[in-house]
Amino acid sequence: MTRRLADAKAVSALVARLASQINRHNRNVKDLALVGIKRRGVPLAERLAARLNAGRRARIPVGAIDITLYRDDLQMAAETPIVRGSEITFDINGRTLVLVDDVVFTGRTIRAALSELLDFGRPKAIQLAALVDRGHRELPIQPDFAAKVIKTRRSDLVDIFLKETDGRDEIVITKTGRAKKLEARC
Amino acid sequence: MVQCGHGPRFRVHEVRSPEPAKSGVQNPESRVKVKLRSRHLLGIEDLDRSEILTILDQARTFREVLDRPIPIVPALRGRTVVNLFFEASTRTTTSFSLAASRLSCGCVNFSKATSAVSKGETLLDTARNIEAMGVDGIIIRHASPGAPHFLSRHVKAFVVNAGDGAHEHPTQALLDAFTLREKLGSLDGKRVLMVGDITHSRVARSNLLCFSKLGARVAVCGPPTMIPPDIEQYGCEVFYRLDRILDEVDVVNMLRVQQERITSSSFPTVREYRAFYGLTAERLRNLAPEVVVTHPGPVNWGVEMDFDVAEFSRALVLPQVTNGVAVRMAVLFLLAGGEGEVRS
Repeated sequence: MTRRLADAKAVSALVARLASQINRHNRNVKDLALVGIKRRGVPLAERLAARLNAGRRARIPVGAIDITLYRDDLQMAAETPIVRGSEITFDINGRTLVLVDDVVFTGRTIRAALSELLDFGRPKAIQLAALVDRGHRELPIQPDFAAKVIKTRRSDLVDIFLKETDGRDEIVITKTGRAKKLEARC
Repeated sequence: MVQCGHGPRFRVHEVRSPEPAKSGVQNPESRVKVKLRSRHLLGIEDLDRSEILTILDQARTFREVLDRPIPIVPALRGRTVVNLFFEASTRTTTSFSLAASRLSCGCVNFSKATSAVSKGETLLDTARNIEAMGVDGIIIRHASPGAPHFLSRHVKAFVVNAGDGAHEHPTQALLDAFTLREKLGSLDGKRVLMVGDITHSRVARSNLLCFSKLGARVAVCGPPTMIPPDIEQYGCEVFYRLDRILDEVDVVNMLRVQQERITSSSFPTVREYRAFYGLTAERLRNLAPEVVVTHPGPVNWGVEMDFDVAEFSRALVLPQVTNGVAVRMAVLFLLAGGEGEVRS
């Protein structure tokens, strides 16, 4: 069963909310930079930067990080995932970074992203921003900013679609657990 | 559940989706996987165009890793490969060792000179013994064509052909294709001329197959004694005079005169070879402005190329070496990633 949690208008409001959370917390931070986790964290970081740039003199640089090579389940996967590559063109040493992803779930992606970021340099601080926090963490990792916290089952799928990657803005939850039960009954 | 940020929680009304999500659209990135048909890399002959492009596209992301402040990723942590080299090599062994270490993959080097091969141990015994010590992959160079293929049928580890006699040298072809694609964008419709000893060159065979599969038109040029008689079956043109074709191509791929493989004299003197088939300073000056020059190395300066080529801005000899590490990382990653059983 699939349910829409947010339409385009609501997604845009959530992005605005996330941007204001980040802004409030980092008002006096000079060397702020955003790093989006591929793939959907990247357009999200771009949108946040566009909003954050409005009240600032200097533009906030945006980087992209692909965590595939740092995944902890790489050797368990049956097939090899495509590596899309990271693009961080600015020096992260001494900067305050905001790591951006669409959904925070187990925390394993974030762990991988932190390991990778630290191989790029030694930032002053790293904060975590996510559009949706859906719980079920498997590591001691919590977002500093989350625009929406939703209760989910472990087996649910929460999908965020963004115009840049999917042609539309939408947040959708799919209950797979119940679907499986129904299947079993049939 | 953690409540983050300040202020009231944002309310979004929940709308029923008009149509159920198709199973294929969820978490698309997690489903984008790549798989080569074979779990070994034995030759370009076994790869199709899309597999070659997969390796080259992955190599581009690994090329970026090499430019990082810490150019090491943990992708193959806990894996080990062995460089089983029965023939001399500096570039290829070093390149594979570096590729492995950049992926956090252990790498053991084996060279024929210091091994029990001198006590009469067979290839299969050597490989099985090394495999028994727990290696995941074997990178082999051997003077006998087909040695990697033989090995791949008898060991559980994945096998990478790093040159088997005069047969194939697939990673060299892949890194040449990678370097040319970086420079020219695509090989489709490009004219590539390979000059030199086609008969004895495994690089020539692999490059010919690789460039053709990527859509390039390949021509070969060399003394008649160094061009196999049936070469046209690969769909390439043959030229015996370099100056007739040199101004019509986009890429000049020079090959090494392999003095160790030439048994009977294939050309009268080195000076004559240079005069007819060498990329001399004079020929270099007359090259069209977009033409690029590649050479698999090691170069016999003054034979197939004059030293002027080293200073030539469109010679890709050193970028080829750098890209070789990225391409070999991609190959190791694609072959060693994932579980062995599933890939069989």
